[in-house]
Amino acid sequence: MKRSISKGMAAGLGVALAVTMAACGKTEPNNNSSGGSGDVDCSVYSQYGDLKGKSISIYTTFVDAEGATYEESFKGFEQCTGADIKYEGSKSLTTDVLGRIEAGAVADIVAFPQPGLLQQAVATGKVLEAPAAVAKNVDTYWTTSWRDYGSVDGKLYASPLGASVKSLVWYSPQAFKDAGYAVPETWDDLLVLTDQITKDGDVKPWCVGIADGDATGWVATDWVEDMVLRSAGPAAYAQWVNHESPFNDPKIVESLEEMSKIVRNDAYVNAGIGNIQSIAATPWTDGGTPLLDGQCFLHRQASFYGGNYAQESATVAEDGDVWAFYLPSADPSIKPILGAGDFVAAFADRPEVVAFQTFLSSPDWANAKAKVTEGGWTTANNGLDKANLRSAVDQLAFELLSDPSAEFRFDGSDLMPAQVGSDAFWKQMTAYFAENKSEQAVADAIEAAWPKS
Amino acid sequence: MGSWDSLLLHPTTVGGKLLLMVIAIAVFALVMAVVLALADRLGRFPGWVTALVFLFPVLGLVCFGLIYPALVTIKNSFFDATSDKFVGFANFATVLTGSEFLITLRNTLAWVLLVPLLATGIGLVYAVLVDRARVERFAKTLIFMPMAISMVGASLIWKFVYNDRVGILSRCYVTVAGWFGNEDAQAPHWLMNAPWNTFFLMVIMIWIQAGFAMTVLSASIKAIPDDIVEAGRLDGLTGVKMFRYVTVPMIRPSLVVVMTTVAMTALKAFDIVRTMQGGHFHASVVANDFYTWSFNNHDAGIGGALAVLLFVIVVPVIAYNVNQLKKAEDIR
Amino acid sequence: MTVATVPAPPAGTGKNPAPRSGRAARARRNLTSPWASVVALGIGLIWSVPTLGLFVTSFRARKDISQTGWWDALKPQNWGQFSLNNYQTVLSGGGTSDLSDYFINSVVMTLPAVVIPIFLALLAAYAFAWIPFRGSNILFVGLFALQVVPIQVAMVPLLRSYVDMGLNASFWVLWLSHAMFGLPLATFLLHNFMKDIPRSLVEAARVDGAGHVTIFFKVIAPLMVPAVASFAIFQFLWVWNDLLVALAFGGNTPDLAPITARLADMAGSLGDRWHVLSAGAFVAMIVPVAVFLALQRYFVRGLLAGSVKG
Repeated sequence: MKRSISKGMAAGLGVALAVTMAACGKTEPNNNSSGGSGDVDCSVYSQYGDLKGKSISIYTTFVDAEGATYEESFKGFEQCTGADIKYEGSKSLTTDVLGRIEAGAVADIVAFPQPGLLQQAVATGKVLEAPAAVAKNVDTYWTTSWRDYGSVDGKLYASPLGASVKSLVWYSPQAFKDAGYAVPETWDDLLVLTDQITKDGDVKPWCVGIADGDATGWVATDWVEDMVLRSAGPAAYAQWVNHESPFNDPKIVESLEEMSKIVRNDAYVNAGIGNIQSIAATPWTDGGTPLLDGQCFLHRQASFYGGNYAQESATVAEDGDVWAFYLPSADPSIKPILGAGDFVAAFADRPEVVAFQTFLSSPDWANAKAKVTEGGWTTANNGLDKANLRSAVDQLAFELLSDPSAEFRFDGSDLMPAQVGSDAFWKQMTAYFAENKSEQAVADAIEAAWPKS
Repeated sequence: MGSWDSLLLHPTTVGGKLLLMVIAIAVFALVMAVVLALADRLGRFPGWVTALVFLFPVLGLVCFGLIYPALVTIKNSFFDATSDKFVGFANFATVLTGSEFLITLRNTLAWVLLVPLLATGIGLVYAVLVDRARVERFAKTLIFMPMAISMVGASLIWKFVYNDRVGILSRCYVTVAGWFGNEDAQAPHWLMNAPWNTFFLMVIMIWIQAGFAMTVLSASIKAIPDDIVEAGRLDGLTGVKMFRYVTVPMIRPSLVVVMTTVAMTALKAFDIVRTMQGGHFHASVVANDFYTWSFNNHDAGIGGALAVLLFVIVVPVIAYNVNQLKKAEDIR
Repeated sequence: MTVATVPAPPAGTGKNPAPRSGRAARARRNLTSPWASVVALGIGLIWSVPTLGLFVTSFRARKDISQTGWWDALKPQNWGQFSLNNYQTVLSGGGTSDLSDYFINSVVMTLPAVVIPIFLALLAAYAFAWIPFRGSNILFVGLFALQVVPIQVAMVPLLRSYVDMGLNASFWVLWLSHAMFGLPLATFLLHNFMKDIPRSLVEAARVDGAGHVTIFFKVIAPLMVPAVASFAIFQFLWVWNDLLVALAFGGNTPDLAPITARLADMAGSLGDRWHVLSAGAFVAMIVPVAVFLALQRYFVRGLLAGSVKG
């Protein structure tokens, strides 16, 4: 998947924005949260030194209201160190950044939305290794697997920034209560529940939407990854992502077949929308909407989808209109979690850049960011105080990310080469729905697209 | 340094930006004045020297901004993904043997042929219909409007036409099916079922380009001397015959120009395909593949090979124009 | 158009001018058939339906938009759904910067990007049309063929050159880039017009001892006004609506980014904030449509003038 974190966040913030505007008729909602920025506690920033007159540029994929929360989260750093942060957010970062690096026109710090792109950037030789202070923060506040995602050939280049959890199933607590359904604890329970829902009424249980313009298909790749984690297991998942086993390995094809039990069963999908084919035509942002009016019971989508529900004026909470449960695995003793995140790397080693990079990898920034964000953002930085997260689903995601019994695995399509992860994989999964292409044919075609060398 | 920088390179105030804008225009007006002044002093030199002085600014910029990058692209097409290693024709082999390649090529040819024909055809008929009509201005504005809308807006507009639930075309389909007794008809997924989806995507392009064709052709129609129309009438030509034997031959050069320009645009266009449905469902075109390989997959080799393919496809279009140009010269 | 600028064509010599124009006027009237107008308006309305859909959508709330078709909102009982919220969101800017910053950027970016290629292409067209030299045709066709080079291939090589020249992330690179990409079409169109200016006019000036400067300004330039206006609007539409060049060479900062970049951002991303984007598309459209209406009279007479034999 690509860009999807920013999408969800943007959606969430849009609501915040609309709500604020409706509530108090103000037209500059972003100033609301900055009310207290005048009395920042500068003691936490003293370690970064005096950076008066220095400027640091940062380039990210976060725009609009979402981008504004990032700029807001840098305010304390700017005020206390005197540095000036030049912020640029652009949705075309993934297409532009390598060209900018090559041309020597890149910002001091870039937030890469996926590790695969970071690796390609590192291959240009222009990305600097993470300074010692950043490495220390990463070792202290993140698990080793997160350190690995920001590393290439064992060297740490980038520190993690935000994160999201994908292994969630959205549902309506009220509808479950009315029908007497319980949140399933195992994969089999989930299949039984699915079947039960079809028997109890004339609604289908699952709604899915994978369309997203030029990124159509990423939702389906998340499904596949979650299924591989559950059906083939975390070890096989790692081999598959690193291409140590082929994409069309029998275990992967089996996982796809397991997935077909739900998403290619006409009795189960596409609730409130149409037939199986309609999955490929439904925008991901509309995929979970039928849940709100009882036409759909289950919607597998990442934590950031909460923003979409909020935008439809639904309350996202355990006792609200919509809530999410962990997509269970076959064996409840293993708890794989699929997630994604972004990573910041530097292209300059001026002292102020190092200081800012260190700040971004610290709990100081994570907490500052949480405080100014309405919803749709979380991190795997364990120095974050959960109470600072302002939305319930972000807190749930953070709990899952810091659950020691869980096995976190990074979104595979973000780690695979772009020809596969954001091209063939998307295309083939779209054909899987649109043309009813067989599991084996889908896997074979993606394997064939894997770069040779 | 700082003040020069903010004056000439990076103004941050509104006034500074506007001032810089005026400076820029003045600079190029000066370039123009210098060229003209220089040309006048060259009276005794052969024609090509004078011509070169006139052409220098254009040729210079075009070499820098188009020819050099095109050559780099052609070079890249013979190198590997990161342009480090020479690979011969391997990229072309990969492109030409791709499983979807023939479909992509078929789609591209459909775009290059049908979009200019239909856009020009509709624009022409419309221009004739509104010519001298009382509502001419208003009617023309309606057709021109799509040209003023940015691509972001246009792709959104067409979602409300093709979408399953909230698209007007789907709604019309269901309604019409209802008239014929099929009460629970489902509209097809317009953008999903090949090969028709390519046609529905082309409709968007035609919708935009018909305005261009109409405006230009309408101008040519107005330029047809009244005498010729009158002569036609005396020969008993009316309606369709007048159109066939007088109007079309008279504006032939304009038709060629419009078709060529629209064909070039259609060949290069990938944003419609990309933003509407990402080039899935066997509706991709060469330009879209070029973009995907260059900027998504970051493979300069295969991306380059696809760009070279675009250059090749355009050769017949250019040849046709050279031919037309020669004919025009002969008449002159 | 040629008819307006060139002495009346020699056709119909045997006839008395006065009745001829009278007959032409009659022909005109006869050609205006009411049903042609009706058919034309019909096509025009069909052409406008998609835009109308977006217009209606721009006044609706997100939930309504994704659940019911826009035509539902036209039913009187649903009129209560209409609101200006989307426009409020767009106009308030949403982000940290005022929308007007981006608007100014668009203006500053567009005007020179329209004017510069016109200046330069006029010179080139003059050379192609009025200075005979060997290889003129080949050069002209070559220039015209360059239209096929996709802008995207130029991105990285150009960006590298701009960085080397120290011009990166300034308006200069936007102006230069847009000028370069517009030159092949500009030269092509202006030449098409210029070559049909009657040779006699230019020759007469030459005999009087006029040099290139005099001929250019006294004879050619006045006749080129309609053609220039026509190219100007096409280039204007292209530059004003551009997002690609602005983001690749300028970057998405309030110092440089045009209004299209701001609006694209406001959508959050395609799909999830349709409602805001729909209003944004109309806000961004105001200026191009105004320019079209203002230049329409030149436009209608311009562009192709050259390719029609007077």
